[in-house]
Amino acid sequence: MSFEQHTHTLSVYVANRPGVLARIAQVFSRRGYNIESLVVSPANDGDFSRMTIGLSGASEGLEQIVRQVGKLVDVISCMEHADDTAVVRELALVKVRVEAERRMEVLQIVEHFACKTVDLTDTSMIIMSTGASEKVAAFIRMIRSFEVVELVRTGKVLMARGDQPT
Amino acid sequence: MSESPKSSMDGAQALVKCLEAQGVEYIFGLSGGSAIPIFDALITIETKIQLILVRHEQGAAHMADGYARATGKPGVVLVTSGPGATNTITGIMTAHMDSVPMIILTGQTISSMIGKDAFQEADVFGLTMPVVKHSYLLKDPNDIPRVVKEAFHIAVTGRPGPVLRDLPKDISAGAFTGELDPPMNLPGYYPFREVNIDDVKAIAEAIQHSSRPVILAGHGALISRAEKEVVQLAETIQAPVTTTFLGKGVIPETHPLSLGMLGMHGTAYANKAVVECDLIMSIGSRFDDRIIGQASRFCKDAVRIHIDVDEAEIDKMIKVHHSCVGDAKAVLQELLKHVSALDTADWLRRVDGFKTKYPLRYGKQAGLKPQQILVELYQMTGGNIVVTTDVGQHQMWAAQFLRTSRPRDFIGSGGAGTMGFGFPAAIGAQFGRPKEQVWAIVGDGGFQMTLCELATACVNKLPIKILVLNNHYLGMVRQWQELFYDDRESGVDLAGNPDFAKLADSYPGAKGVTLKRTADIRKILQRAMDYNDGPCVINAECEKTENVFPMIPAGRPLEDMLIERPKTKLSKPTGST
Ligand SMILES: Cc1ncc(C[n+]2csc(CCOP(=O)(O)OP(=O)(O)O)c2C)c(N)n1
Ligand SMILES: [Mg+2]
Repeated sequence: MSFEQHTHTLSVYVANRPGVLARIAQVFSRRGYNIESLVVSPANDGDFSRMTIGLSGASEGLEQIVRQVGKLVDVISCMEHADDTAVVRELALVKVRVEAERRMEVLQIVEHFACKTVDLTDTSMIIMSTGASEKVAAFIRMIRSFEVVELVRTGKVLMARGDQPT
Repeated sequence: MSESPKSSMDGAQALVKCLEAQGVEYIFGLSGGSAIPIFDALITIETKIQLILVRHEQGAAHMADGYARATGKPGVVLVTSGPGATNTITGIMTAHMDSVPMIILTGQTISSMIGKDAFQEADVFGLTMPVVKHSYLLKDPNDIPRVVKEAFHIAVTGRPGPVLRDLPKDISAGAFTGELDPPMNLPGYYPFREVNIDDVKAIAEAIQHSSRPVILAGHGALISRAEKEVVQLAETIQAPVTTTFLGKGVIPETHPLSLGMLGMHGTAYANKAVVECDLIMSIGSRFDDRIIGQASRFCKDAVRIHIDVDEAEIDKMIKVHHSCVGDAKAVLQELLKHVSALDTADWLRRVDGFKTKYPLRYGKQAGLKPQQILVELYQMTGGNIVVTTDVGQHQMWAAQFLRTSRPRDFIGSGGAGTMGFGFPAAIGAQFGRPKEQVWAIVGDGGFQMTLCELATACVNKLPIKILVLNNHYLGMVRQWQELFYDDRESGVDLAGNPDFAKLADSYPGAKGVTLKRTADIRKILQRAMDYNDGPCVINAECEKTENVFPMIPAGRPLEDMLIERPKTKLSKPTGST
């Protein structure tokens, strides 16, 4: 396909009902979109949930998919947000195998990226990185010069700026 | 329903009461272990709802579908778990593709056994998810009334569709202590949209600048009962009207502005008008690939307008210049306030020229022609019949030669193209329209997929006429093989067909007749019309290798329409199917 590949971030506000996640996932998979990250959590009103979906795929057709998700009975709204009109953040936990003698080098990187050490043993540490996805990615690139044993990222969460609804 | 709940009622009994409150007249179904409580409730609760016992669950779904299309009211299906439920999936998908309101009630194993591979357990909620408008898995008997109410509301409003409700046996058998008429709770469902006046004005403005307009009316126009408005608009702006297969009947096909159906096997004059128009306005059609051919070339230089109740349809197949999201009737009522008479006399003359030059036609030499039978059926009945079709060549001939003059008189599986649909749909249509003559036009292939429902038609003494256009072939596929695959026949010969007339005769109350000669058409059709104690099967032994024309090869632009069999070899089609 000649379409441009892009990453997109959608925010979906849904009634908290069984099956709603499966229904939404089906709309994307049927059209060949790969869900790269997905965050689901209770919304301010506990009867509803908020989903932030990170996607890659052709921009062509995405608008129609947004409408198809929007028309699902349990979906209140589905919107695509550009990065400049919304705050987008994520969190990563990285477990690094590191002996005592090189620990200071790791801590330097941790400090530089304003990360936090959340677990420390003789041979390993877990570092928490938060922020914009690019910043988290940059940290992960740097820390890979040590032995990364495990990596967990939450995926993006998003909130529209100012008075705009998310 | 103001009475207070009886504590002695179980979930299934509450269900029956709720269905009755929704105006359900018939339930099409077949029982089994996990559905027994519901079937039991149908006789332990006093109700006017009639259970129609089918012979295969696919038939139940198509019957409910036929009933819904013939009446506009949702059809109801009731089946057991596992295989009973999976047998309905083809029927659910068929209804979903064509936006038909349907309620499917499936039994399910008891809640505590779900997910443990219990006997006849299937994840019906999951299996059907892509082919329903919405679905429920019930967890509490007291939720039944709300869910029934929501299900009917969702099925019929906005763009209609099937709604499934999976009911574990412990829920249907469990004590009901709730309220029979609770409020709905659908915060994410808002099918009613105000018509945007600015959109309508922009459309009116575009129309006013057109000199060669064409209206394309689809199922949506029919569903919203906008037939009066469509005709009024056409007459005001003097625009010819073509319809999709499912839109047949929106405008009487005898109307001077009617062009009949367009698309792959549409009339040549409809396709030619669409090729030459300077404005195309779809009212409730989704620009299906069978009508647009090659999307990138469809009405490329014309102003394109789309009116649809489903926002997700706008710009899906065809990018349009103007659109208005909303119920067709409401949008047209508004539009009519903003349009005035248009002088299209030259255009109409040109279109009439197409009609004269390229009428629907067929060779009259040699054997019994299926088209001839349909033409005579039309002449004998004046078109005042309800027609259902199966899928194949016979379906396209029926669409071409049986002119439709009222909405809901022509019923067929469009989007799904489901063989086996026609006959059970006729059963549903006959239940919904008991006073009318119902004809099922079927092929010898598709009829064999659901003909077990002859028993259902017999038991209920339904005077349906089943016209089997028997070519001893999977004819439509044979036609493609002949035209595009160098006449290599592969898997299309239906050797082994029964004698359909004799088969009918073997059912108590059914009648079978055989038609072999052109000269006998009227006599035999009349015989079928005179038999009203049960179904009548007409086995019409047609010429075997007749082809449907015009034809636009799949994926090709409308300009490439073939009016008759080409002398040269054609390349394989590139379109979807
Ligand atoms: C369930 C199903 N299986 C296969 C097809 C593909 N198909 C489309 S038309 C056709 C031939 C139908 O044969 P018949 O019912 O005899 O009708 P005819 O074309 O001969 O009029 C087939 C196999 C289909 N539409 N539906
Ligand atoms: Mg056939």
